[in-house]
Amino acid sequence: MARVLMKGNEAFGEGAIRAGCRYFFGYPITPQSELPHFLAKRLPEIGGVYLQAESEVSAINMVYGAAAAGARVMTSSSSPGISLMQEGISYIVGAQLPCVIINVMRGGPGLGNIAPAQGDYFQATKGGGHGDYKLIVLAPASVQEIITHMQLAFDLADKYRNPVMVVGDGILGQMMEPVDLEGTGGEMAEPSKPWATTGMRGRKERNIVNSLCIVPEENEKNNLQLAAKYGEIQRSEQRWEEYGLDDAEWVLVAFGTVARVAKGVVDKARKEGIAAGLIRPITLWPFPEKAFNKVIDQVKGFLTVEMSLGQMVEDVRLCVQGRQPVRFLGRPGGMVPSVREVYEELKKMAGVKTCG
Amino acid sequence: MAKIFQRPAALTGKAFHYCPGCTHGIVHRIIAQCIDELGIREDTIGVCPVGCSVFAYEYFNCDMIEAAHGRAPAVATGVKRVLPDRVVFTYQGDGDLAAIGTAEVVHAAARGEKITTIFINNAVFGMTGGQMAPTTLVGQKTTTTPKGRDRETTGSPLRVAELLSTVEGAVYVARVSVHNPASVIRAKKAIKKAFEVQLQGLGFAIVEVLSTCPTNWGLSPVEALEWLEKNMVPIFPLGEFRKPAEWDKNGTGEGASC
Ligand SMILES: Cc1ncc(C[n+]2csc(CCOP(=O)(O)OP(=O)(O)O)c2C)c(N)n1
Ligand code: SF4
Repeated sequence: MARVLMKGNEAFGEGAIRAGCRYFFGYPITPQSELPHFLAKRLPEIGGVYLQAESEVSAINMVYGAAAAGARVMTSSSSPGISLMQEGISYIVGAQLPCVIINVMRGGPGLGNIAPAQGDYFQATKGGGHGDYKLIVLAPASVQEIITHMQLAFDLADKYRNPVMVVGDGILGQMMEPVDLEGTGGEMAEPSKPWATTGMRGRKERNIVNSLCIVPEENEKNNLQLAAKYGEIQRSEQRWEEYGLDDAEWVLVAFGTVARVAKGVVDKARKEGIAAGLIRPITLWPFPEKAFNKVIDQVKGFLTVEMSLGQMVEDVRLCVQGRQPVRFLGRPGGMVPSVREVYEELKKMAGVKTCG
Repeated sequence: MAKIFQRPAALTGKAFHYCPGCTHGIVHRIIAQCIDELGIREDTIGVCPVGCSVFAYEYFNCDMIEAAHGRAPAVATGVKRVLPDRVVFTYQGDGDLAAIGTAEVVHAAARGEKITTIFINNAVFGMTGGQMAPTTLVGQKTTTTPKGRDRETTGSPLRVAELLSTVEGAVYVARVSVHNPASVIRAKKAIKKAFEVQLQGLGFAIVEVLSTCPTNWGLSPVEALEWLEKNMVPIFPLGEFRKPAEWDKNGTGEGASC
């Protein structure tokens, strides 16, 4: 009964509602439009607020205000809109507020196009706005996973008082898949937020939400406190999926939509006698270095596949540290690598002749 | 002996950091008096700007949020939508509200967002060193208009109260000044009305306050007050530009126009 057919973009919304989110602020952009359409209808039905802002700059600042007021709140956009949000995201991190940001990535740079891409990996995982900070970044690869990731995203945001970004692309957003809603959401184990600026009735001390820290010594302390939090996240929250990894010699590394292509490549390779496997990072930050350390002595090389000119591959190289060869295959600008071209690259790497 | 003058409960008592003769402090005090008189301190959340009043969260004795430069109306919107029964106000300078944050305030007004905005027009960017603001007078010397603001190349002052009075959702729009005791009393009345509009759930309310920046104007505190009256008031006429239609019908909110 709980199994329904759902579009990826709608699943972001359904998952958010199941996770207890009742506030959405955003500005329209393709290819994520079904998500705001869905929430514009659903949120008012359940006593929530859907508000179309005048820009992504405003949207993220509305998120800042709603998060300061203690709400589970989200926004959603696609690449150019996420660029506009960077100032606000930096302030949200600085003020240590929880929120969830969806980026249904499209081809860039500039206006680019609305085709699926992964060119915002650096922006998502390396900070993005000004200052020394990190977002927790989740990369679902199926509609089912979108639902569970939304719960996870809100829980992690509240736990660490840090924004969580969930990245997808146009394919994942448009894709219809059956999802099992059984056991998702419902518990709503939202922590209390004694720091929230809700008006001080019933409280002796004022609450102040702020990222200004004018004395350098104090701001250094603030930054070190963030660093400690990020260290804890790196230790506790690395998530990844392994596919055929146990006896793999040649390991593909791919996230999101591309990981689905990569799985097809692993299957094909296995049939033809190549011991291939896959590491699919689920948290892009913290990057799952544990997965690499586990297999580093058993494998002969890694092939990173992305819909970009090569961004995640830098993190793969950082994990591998020259201990094994790391190869890259990418299609930028809105193109998706095919099973065939990835397989050809894998064969080259494995030293298998291409003919016949 | 009865105390006839004391610090409003809505001020923390921390000494203001403002320059001598700066009228930011006067405006803080009258906002705090209004909050006290309306009995809303414990239900109020203030949003401060980036500008000389960036530390306003240290002065107002209620929950406070520090926003990014110009974004206070968007932040206030987020708070108000989550907590519709609370009182939310923004305090913003003319760089904050009339330059970088123009979109945010216009659209908060257009949505009829039920928040109160206090807008400090001192005709310069105070905090960053006295640069030209959108409100700088034609001919006024600033650090970025060393020969005086030239209409030809930099335009003429933006009249925010007039601009916003064309917006339906902005149900209360007034411009006041604080250059002498009588104008301070009128300013306080307007600010109180701007909070009452919110308490009555009528829509967006804004009070533009003509204010001094003696430091960047290169004037003494007294000269600055005179300069404001002589030069700013003729360009930025004082008064109530919009009042809620409801008030005309049932008489609430009447009182001396400001
Ligand atoms: C995004 C961004 N741009 C520029 C600044 C620098 N800045 C700080 S305050 C300010 C202008 C302040 O002027 P105003 O709003 O008129 O307030 P006043 O200091 O006069 O009270 C500027 C440009 C900033 N903090 N953030
Ligand atoms: S610089 Fe101007 S606005 Fe700022 S505190 Fe001094 S006098 Fe006031």
